[in-house]
Order: sequence, then structure tokens, then C-alpha cells
Amino acid sequence: MSKQQGKGDLGLVALTKSFATFTAVHPLDLVVPQGSFFALLGPSGCGKTTTLRMIAGLEEPTSGRIRIGDSDITDTKAYQRNVNTVFQSYALFPHMSVLDNVMFGLRRRGDKDAKAKAKEVLELVQLEQVASKKPTQLSGGMQQRVALARALVNRPDVLLLDEPLGALDLKLRRQMQIELKRIQQEVGLTFIHVTHDQEEAMTMADSIAVMNAGRLEQLGDPATLYEQPRSTFVANFLGQSNLLRATVNPGGTDHVVTVRAHDTDLEVSREHLPEGVRDVWLGVRPEKLRLGEGGGPNQLRGIVRDVSFSGVATQYSVQMPWGQELIVVQQNDGTARAVLGETVTVSWAAQHGFALDASQDAEAGAELVDDHG
Amino acid sequence: MAEAAVLSTGSSAPPTRRRRNWVPYALLLPGLLWLVVFFVLPMVTLASQSLQEGNVDDGYTFTGNVGIYVDALKQYWPQFVRSFLYAGTATVLALLLGYPLAYFIAQKAGRYKNLVLVLVIAPFFTSFLIRTLAWRTILSDDWFVTTWAQKLHITDLLQAVGLTANDSLLSSKFAVIMGLTYNFLPFMILPLYTSLERLDPRLIEAAGDLYASPWQTFRKVTWPLSLPGVVAGTLLTFIPAAGDFINARLLGNTQTTMIGSVIDSQFLRVLDYPLAAALSFILLIVIVTMVSVYVRRAGTEELL
Repeated sequence: MSKQQGKGDLGLVALTKSFATFTAVHPLDLVVPQGSFFALLGPSGCGKTTTLRMIAGLEEPTSGRIRIGDSDITDTKAYQRNVNTVFQSYALFPHMSVLDNVMFGLRRRGDKDAKAKAKEVLELVQLEQVASKKPTQLSGGMQQRVALARALVNRPDVLLLDEPLGALDLKLRRQMQIELKRIQQEVGLTFIHVTHDQEEAMTMADSIAVMNAGRLEQLGDPATLYEQPRSTFVANFLGQSNLLRATVNPGGTDHVVTVRAHDTDLEVSREHLPEGVRDVWLGVRPEKLRLGEGGGPNQLRGIVRDVSFSGVATQYSVQMPWGQELIVVQQNDGTARAVLGETVTVSWAAQHGFALDASQDAEAGAELVDDHG
Repeated sequence: MAEAAVLSTGSSAPPTRRRRNWVPYALLLPGLLWLVVFFVLPMVTLASQSLQEGNVDDGYTFTGNVGIYVDALKQYWPQFVRSFLYAGTATVLALLLGYPLAYFIAQKAGRYKNLVLVLVIAPFFTSFLIRTLAWRTILSDDWFVTTWAQKLHITDLLQAVGLTANDSLLSSKFAVIMGLTYNFLPFMILPLYTSLERLDPRLIEAAGDLYASPWQTFRKVTWPLSLPGVVAGTLLTFIPAAGDFINARLLGNTQTTMIGSVIDSQFLRVLDYPLAAALSFILLIVIVTMVSVYVRRAGTEELL
């Protein structure tokens, strides 16, 4: 990777992991800047956990290098790395008190202030009152925070979180998302968070690496990934997308290009169109679609086939003349609502669309989204 | 609400509840009966036997002769000490041999787990006596084990530390301890296996992740979490080994007699029932005392 690597940045160079029958991680190049909250996002089996375990030293890479700053840690053992993990199952030592669990890492390194530091971190995660209890006496949310404290207290170069909120219920998970983000900002350590929950990744991370089938699909900050996905997988896995089959018309201005979809000319920003592609999927997010004429050229007419009201918003399914149903999400902001069977106009602004190479599967990633987050 | 539903189904609900209270006791009954007939009654008989005087021909009468316990201890304390020493050594050896094996079966054997477990239990398909007799052949002077041990000067070493009296292996302390270790090894391995099998390998990963070297991981995580198995295994090995009378007789000499053999011969050959009963009771009391101290020291109730 040609990118300049900073002092404490984590660098993965052509990192690969193959098992007997399949390749879990194809050569992966990645730089995680020091102090960032980084998410590895993807469906189960995409290689994100394997990548994490290689960084932790729990799995040996088939090839490639792992660096922290200038030092190459690829050939060191897990216990020699200044990297700590918050395990999905927490893996708290059941025979030790919460305090002993948190002190475990410091003690192994002969830290004289182990107790004081452990207490300080327990305070940070608001668990100082249960320090003498055994992990099994705590609730899931508390155990989760003990696991976090046990890793944090060592102030590792990189803190790895393996689906840390997976076992918590929705409400607690939301709370912990905010909490985790606060703690990360407070301690300023590099967090790498592995998750299959796109909403969780977008809520917490500064940058997200979307992985699919052992490869990096796209890397970027949450807003860019969402607004300008570069593949149908990212378009479908991060939120919903309406994808229209279209052909790029020659010409256009510096800013706008017209594409022809189902005998209608539609506009899309030039910067959202990949270079040199003629057949495209024209994508629009459901909340970018409006019911009613928007004044621009991007207008389609269809019949409302389904209406579902969710309080904050209403989701419509609008059937186009060629059979495809577009999902439209309208904020419940007092504008008129459409009714079932009504013929409506759907419109959107040119800069809200994005175009993707049509050689990809339009459904990629859609079936993998799980909505519990 | 659930209550209302139950009530509405009819009058059958309350009797079901009452009947259920009987079930635990009913299930206990066969076991309790068994224990009363084959444990409590013999114990009471044995206790009273130890306090009787007389002989087989004229019969025994209860005299409350407590002095027999003092006599028994005076006469046979070396055999007591020897029994606990041999049993203790065999227990430690069985732990050293059994722990790595149990760890391997539980954590590493994968799909061969059941096969290896069967191999551990396989010797039980032959009788205890035959297995011990087989050791006589294995350790006999003209078998390769002894000749090799002589060539490698192992026999010299054993003789130097006093485990054998000459350059043969059989009929020695060494042979008795080996026999005890071998015979009770499965009793060590199985409980160890059970507790190591429950050990979450992710805890070992977590320890490594928190800078613990493999040795520290063993000392701080694996060993303490396997303590219930260690305690159960050592008890199941030590208790029967301390009372064993086959190994000492078949593999030892007159200098290696264990208390089990003494009790055996007092009961069946000398026919001094009161002395045999008193010896049995002393053995029982010493073992129970040692075990309760040991279990308390190990602090296993917290781990279970």
C-alpha cells in the first residue's frame, strides 16, 4: 500500500487466510488510522472475524503482513502483541472477581499500579460497585462492560471488538453503542469493531470497511458509503436501494448525465457515475424519493400497492408500468399521504441518484441484511 | 392468568400438584433402601463387631472393648502409614499421567474423542485381578521391561532411592505403586476429562490475548477451572488405593504389606473379627478426616 502510515496506525498488507477448502480472506490491504473508530462490516462468513482474529494473533495468516506503526507483528504470538480483544462471548474468567478479571492483563505484565488502574477503568464503565462480584452474578450488559474494561485497562495499540453487542437486547444495544463511542473518544484508542449490523457500524464508526466473501467491497466514512455506494452489494447491505436498469445517453453536461431507463430519460450527477460504463443500475434511496412532481426531469408514475405506517415515516411500495416496485419512504411531516391503489408520481433530484455497473447482481447483499439493529 | 387456565381445565389440577410432591421421595426410595441394607446395616454390624470379644468357635459377646483400637494402631501403624504413602504417590503419578491425557482428549482429540475415551475405559473389560496379574508378567525378571531397565540402569536408580531391594522390578515398593497407579488411572482421567471438557477454549484464547504466556494461562485459567475434576479424580484414586489389598499382595513383598491386606488376612485367615473390624474403622475414619480437610482446603464448593 502506497499510503503513508502514521506512528500508531494499524496496517494490513495483502493479508490472506485460506483454510483447507476455502479462502476466508482474499489479499486484504487496509490502513486503520491511530485513534479512529473503525468498523469491519459484512454478513456472516465474509471474513471479518477471521481478519480480526489475525490481528489479535489468534489465527495465523496464510500470507501477508500486519504492522502497527513501524513494527511488524505478523510473527508474534497473541500474548506478545499490544492488542486486546473484547470477545463476542465476553470470555470472562468465571473463577475470578470482576476486579481480578480487569487486572489480569496488567498483572501479567507486572504492573505495580494494577489495582488502581483497574478501579479507574471500572469507574469509566460505571461498574466500580460490583468489583468484588463474580462475572456470573452480573447481567449481560454488565458482563459486556467488564469485558470492555478488561481490554481497555491495558491501553492497547488496537482494541478489537468482535460483535460485542450481539448478545444484548435492542434497548441495551442502543445504550451501549452510545457508551462505546463515548469511551472511545475519552480514551482515544484505536477501536476496530467487527459487526454484521450496518446500523450499528454507521452509528459508531468514523470509517467503515464493508467486506463481502473475503474481499473488501468499499472503504469510507458512513455518509459516503451510504450516499455513494460503489457496488450493488454496498447499496443493498447498507440500507435499502431502488435499482433501475438504465443505459447512459451520450453527451450530457459537466455535472449531469442523462440515462434512459424503461423509455424515460433520467438525470444523474456525473460524479456519481462510474467512468466508461454504458449499462448501469440507477440507484435511489427510498427516503430520497418524493411522492408528487419535484419539478425536475426525474419523474416516474406508478400505482401504490402497499402502504405501511411506522410513526416517523410511511413506507410505500409503488408499482411501475414494467412491474418493478419502488420503495418510497416519506417522512411523516404533514404532507399528504397516498392511499392504496392511487396513481402517483415519484420524483427525485439528480444529485440523489447513483449509478452502478450493470454487470453486478441487483440483489447482491439484499437478502443478508438483518434488521434487528 | 396461568392459574385460572389450569383451574378451568377441571378438578384434575390440584391432585397432580400433590402427587408431584411425592415423586422425589419415591425416586429416592430404591437408593435409600439399597444403602440401608448394604451400607448402614453392615456398618452398624461392623462397629459392634469391633467391640466384641471371643473367638469363632465359642462365639462373640459384646463387651465394649475400646482398647482394641489402641492395640490395632500400636501393632499396625506402619501398614497404615505405608498405605497412605503408596496411595498418595500413586495418586500424584496418576494425576501427572492423567492430566495431559485428559486435556488432550477433552480439548484436542476432536472426532477421535470417543475412541480415546473407550481406550481409557477398555482395561475395565477385564477383571481387576487379571490386570494386576498381567503386571507380574510385565515386571517379571526375564521379560524385556526388566532387562531393558537393567541395561538403562533404571533398576540401579530405583534401588538407590529404595523403591526396589535388588535388580528385579517385581516384588517391590516400585511394583506396588506402579500397580496402584495403573489400576486407578481411569478413575483419575474420567473426572478430569469431564471438567476439562467443560472448559471454554475461548477463555484460553482470552488469557493469551491478555498477555498470559502458555504456562501462565495454564496456571491462572486452566488449572483453577479444572480443580473440581482434580479433586474428584484424586479422591476416586486415593480412597480405593489406600484400602487396596490386591496390588500389595501380587506385586509386593512382606515389606510392602498395605493395611488392606492386613484387614483381609485378619478377616479371612486369622479370623480375628474384632481386630479386623477395628482396623477397618480406623481406615475409614482416617480417610474421611483427610478427605474433608482436603476438600475444604481445595475450596471446590466455590468452583462448582
